[in-house]
Amino acid sequence: MPDISTLNNYQLIEYGAWGLSLLLGLWMLFDTLKTNMTYSEDLLTSSREGEIDDALVIDPPHQGGHR
Amino acid sequence: MTQTTTIHGEKISLLRVLGPGHVWALGVGIVLVGEYMGWNFSVGKGGAMAALIACWVAGLLYTCVAMIDSEVTSTVAAAGGQYAQAKHIVGPLMAFNVGLFLVFAYTMLEAANAITLGYLIQTVGGMMGMTDAAGEALVLHDKPFIVLTIMFLAWLNYRGVYATLTFNLVITAIAFLAIIILFFAVKPWTTEVLQHEELLTGLPYGWIGVIAALHFGLWYYLGIEGTCQAAEEVRSPARLLPLGTMTGIMTLLIAATMTWFICAGLMPWEYLGQAVTPLFDAARLMDSMPLMVLLFIGTIFSTLASANGCINDASRAWFSMARDRYLPQWFGAVHPKYRTPYRAIVFLVPVAVLFAYYAPLDQVITFSILSGLLGYTFMTFNVVMFRRKWPLGSIDRGYVHPMHPLPALVLLLLCSATYFAVFLGYGTQLMAMMLFFIIASLWFHFHRYRYVRRGDQFSMPWPRPQGDY
Repeated sequence: MPDISTLNNYQLIEYGAWGLSLLLGLWMLFDTLKTNMTYSEDLLTSSREGEIDDALVIDPPHQGGHR
Repeated sequence: MTQTTTIHGEKISLLRVLGPGHVWALGVGIVLVGEYMGWNFSVGKGGAMAALIACWVAGLLYTCVAMIDSEVTSTVAAAGGQYAQAKHIVGPLMAFNVGLFLVFAYTMLEAANAITLGYLIQTVGGMMGMTDAAGEALVLHDKPFIVLTIMFLAWLNYRGVYATLTFNLVITAIAFLAIIILFFAVKPWTTEVLQHEELLTGLPYGWIGVIAALHFGLWYYLGIEGTCQAAEEVRSPARLLPLGTMTGIMTLLIAATMTWFICAGLMPWEYLGQAVTPLFDAARLMDSMPLMVLLFIGTIFSTLASANGCINDASRAWFSMARDRYLPQWFGAVHPKYRTPYRAIVFLVPVAVLFAYYAPLDQVITFSILSGLLGYTFMTFNVVMFRRKWPLGSIDRGYVHPMHPLPALVLLLLCSATYFAVFLGYGTQLMAMMLFFIIASLWFHFHRYRYVRRGDQFSMPWPRPQGDY
């Protein structure tokens, strides 16, 4: 780790960007792991394709897709 | 709007919260960066007039894409967009390939945007002219900002689609407004500022230059078809997806023509053909600080909006393929709180970072264009098969495109011309990409397809297809 007192403004900004990237990446990783452990795999992967019926209820005059 | 975290029964789905503005912002947001940079390389290929022809020919190509896509997606309203269409209409192997085209096109475009943003920040650093204690000019490196762009936008996407696409709506609208303000600032009704008569010099490389210009002409509109990735998150897909897509392509046709008109009237084609930020350069020529600041902000915002939309679309395509077990099912998970395909989003982050960090910009762009082009080619026979298997009247459609099969034929013709244009400049990449998709198809056919539950993948309760299929 370099001595902060010897860094110029640009280097500080660059380290700031690296640090923020690391924080965001770690947050996503931590949340992913936490979510994976908190919920069952069946529940997490329970989404099914094409729930268009909601749309038919919301917007009956413009029904599309299928009956 | 507060996103609900309700888990209904024992199932979780993506959240239906998006309105027409979000669909518009997703489509236009991905593309508008092409007006700010990239399109002008078509000027370098064949001169300013060739770029205008390419702009309108590509505009015709994408109008066909938008019309065809609007009709099919208004019936196959599922995340994954063209992947889900291919699965229902053509077959699993086509669907696997289309899914890969989508993931590649959007991830490469995201990487290209991150590279560009890093370059812009580096340029601003250079323009500020800071020096160290010894008087040496300081250099602001681009890599940290490339990575930060991808990380920040992935984080935003992870946290929820509503905030992500509302953010896109705001920054895309500002970027579009900036082009309109610049258009009126150059006083297009007079020749006081614009010098088209002096600057338009015909076709310096003849008609072959026009063909070559088509390659980068796509840049004006590439990605508008991404609107249908929002199918499972939009409140009324049958109505809003066609509406968002068609208003999106109209916006882009206007923005593309304005952009060409401004730049071709201010800069000679020899300069314009290799400029990095042509619209920003046009603002600089106006000698107005507010315009310069506005167009700089527009450039940054359009780049961010594009990368943001690409993360959204690539992750939905990856998620959909995994949900059908075309890829490991683990990627087909939805976050119970944020209701986003969080594993797909996180998985694609290192892929985008690797390409943005190590690959050259023109190669990344070419891979994106080629993947997009393969997807458009698929649309041509997809819509013909769709109309033959399920003719008008056999299922309800939210939108019916006119003059079928003319748009499909025009699209096929224009795709063929563009393949030739890409071959002229990047023949090796074209061949390498084809080889990759052939190998991937073999892997899917002989290995992966055994894991797919064949009956489960067809979710649309349509009648049996007509004809001998």
